Amino acid sequence: MEWNFLAAIGRVTLRFMAAVGHLSLFTVQTVKHITLPPFYLRIFLRQLMSIGYYSLPVVGMTALFTGMVLALQIYVGSSRFNAESAVATIVVIGLTRELAPVLSGLMIAGRVGAAIAAEIGTMRVTEQIDALVTLSTNPYKYLVAPRVLAGVITLPILVLLADIIGVSGGYLVATESLGFNPSSYIKNTFDFLETRDVVSGLIKSSVFGFIVTLMGCYHGFNSTGGAQGVGRATTNAVVSSFVLILISDYFLTVMLLD
Amino acid sequence: MSETSKISLKNVSKSFGSKHVLNNLSLEIAEGESLVVIGGSGTGKSVMLKCILGLLEPDSGEIFIDGQQVVGMSPSKREASLKKTGMLFQYAALFDSLPVWENVAFGLMQAHGMARKDAKDVAIEKLALVGLGADMANQNPSALSIGMQKRVGLARAIATNPEIIFFDEPTTGLDPIMGDVIDNLIRDCTKHLGATTLTISHDMESAQKIADKIALIYKGSVVWVGPASEIDHCGNPYVEQFVRGDIEGPIELDILKP
Repeated sequence: MEWNFLAAIGRVTLRFMAAVGHLSLFTVQTVKHITLPPFYLRIFLRQLMSIGYYSLPVVGMTALFTGMVLALQIYVGSSRFNAESAVATIVVIGLTRELAPVLSGLMIAGRVGAAIAAEIGTMRVTEQIDALVTLSTNPYKYLVAPRVLAGVITLPILVLLADIIGVSGGYLVATESLGFNPSSYIKNTFDFLETRDVVSGLIKSSVFGFIVTLMGCYHGFNSTGGAQGVGRATTNAVVSSFVLILISDYFLTVMLLD
Repeated sequence: MSETSKISLKNVSKSFGSKHVLNNLSLEIAEGESLVVIGGSGTGKSVMLKCILGLLEPDSGEIFIDGQQVVGMSPSKREASLKKTGMLFQYAALFDSLPVWENVAFGLMQAHGMARKDAKDVAIEKLALVGLGADMANQNPSALSIGMQKRVGLARAIATNPEIIFFDEPTTGLDPIMGDVIDNLIRDCTKHLGATTLTISHDMESAQKIADKIALIYKGSVVWVGPASEIDHCGNPYVEQFVRGDIEGPIELDILKP
C-alpha cells in the first residue's frame, strides 16, 4: 500500500517533469522562430487583427464595468474613514497596475487562447500540420511564431485602451452617481498617477500575451485523439493560461514593485 | 541500394511502446517507377510513409532519397529535400483557412518564393489538370465534396512539378466512379511529370490501375514485391489471400472469434 502510494507520487512527478521539459523545448523553438527569418508578415497581420482588434469589445466591456464597480466599492470603503477623495487615485492605480492587465489577460485567454488551441488542434488531427511539413514549411514558424508575437504586441495595446476605458467608467460613476466634482476627480486621477504604474501594467500584459498564445499553440500543437482531443486541448489551454497568469502576476508584481 | 533507386529503405524499424509497427522493412523504388504498397489496416503502411517524409523518426534503419540519407537529417536540409516531393493525404488535409487556389499554390509561394499573382495562375492551371474550373479557385475547401477535395489535394501535390509524389489511400471514401477518376488523374499527372510515385492503398483495383510494381506489407515487413501484372498469379500465399479477400490463410486477423 505504502509502495503504491510512493509509486503514484513518482509517476505524477515524472509526468510533470516531462511536461515541463516538453513545454520548455516548445518555448525555445518558438522564441527561435520568432527571431529568425523567414517571417510570415501576412499571417502576423491577420493575427494582430484577430487577437487585437476583434478582442477590443470584450476587453473594453470588462474594463468599463470593472472601473465602474471599483469606483463604487472604493467609495463605500473610503467613506468609512472620510477618505472619499482617494477614490480617483485608487481606481486609476488599481486599474493600471493590476486589474486591467490581469482581467484583460484572462479575457484574452478565454477568447483567443481557446480559439488558437482549437484551430491548431484541428489542424493537427486532420493532418494539416503534416501537410505543412510536406510543403517545406516549418509549422513553428508558420503557425506558432506569428500568433505568439501578435499576442506579445497586442495585449499591451489592449491594456492601454482598457486603462482609459476603465478610468472613464470610474469617472462616470463618481460624477454621475456619487456626486464628485468632474474637474477635481480628473485632477486626483492624474496627480498621483506615475508613469511606472502604467508601464508596469503594460510589461505584465506583454508577458500575459506571451503566456496565452504560447499555451494555445502548445496544447493545440500536441493534441491527439480526434474531436475529444481538440476539446481537451482547448480546455487545457484556457486553464493553464489562467493559472500561469495568476502565478506570474504575483512574481511580476514583486519584481516591478520598486 | 541499387544505382537507379530514387527511394530506398534499409531495415527500417519503428515501434510505439510495445507495438512493433515496422519490422526491418526494406524496399527500393526506381526512378520514374510507380510503386503501390498494399496491406491490411494497421500493417505499417502509413507509418512507413511518414518515416520517409520525416514526420516520424524510425527507431533503426536507413532511408535514402536520391542517395541521400534522410534519417536524422537537420530540419533545414529536410525542408530542402521535401521541395522535390508532393503528397496527397488520405483526407486531402487542405488548409481550411485558405481558399482553394492558395492551397494549391502554397508550396509555390512558401517554399519556392513565387509571387502571389504568378502562383495563382499556376494554381488555376493545375486545377484545370484535375478537372476543376477557375470558378473553384476562390471557394473555401470546406464547401467542396470529398471527391473535389481530393482533386484539389492532387493539384496541390503536383503544383511544384515534384520529382517524387506520395499518395496515401487516394481512393478511400470515394464512390467507384470518383475513385476511377482519381486513379486516372494520378496516372495521367504522374506520367505527364515523369515523377516517381509511392502509393499506399488497400484498393486492389486502384493498385493495379496505377502501379508498375506492387509490394505487400504484413506485420511491418514486405512479404512480396513484384510487377503489377504478376500479382494475380505470383504464387505467394499472402498475396493470394489478400487479393481474394479470404479470411483463411497465412494473414492473421485481429478479430475475436465468437
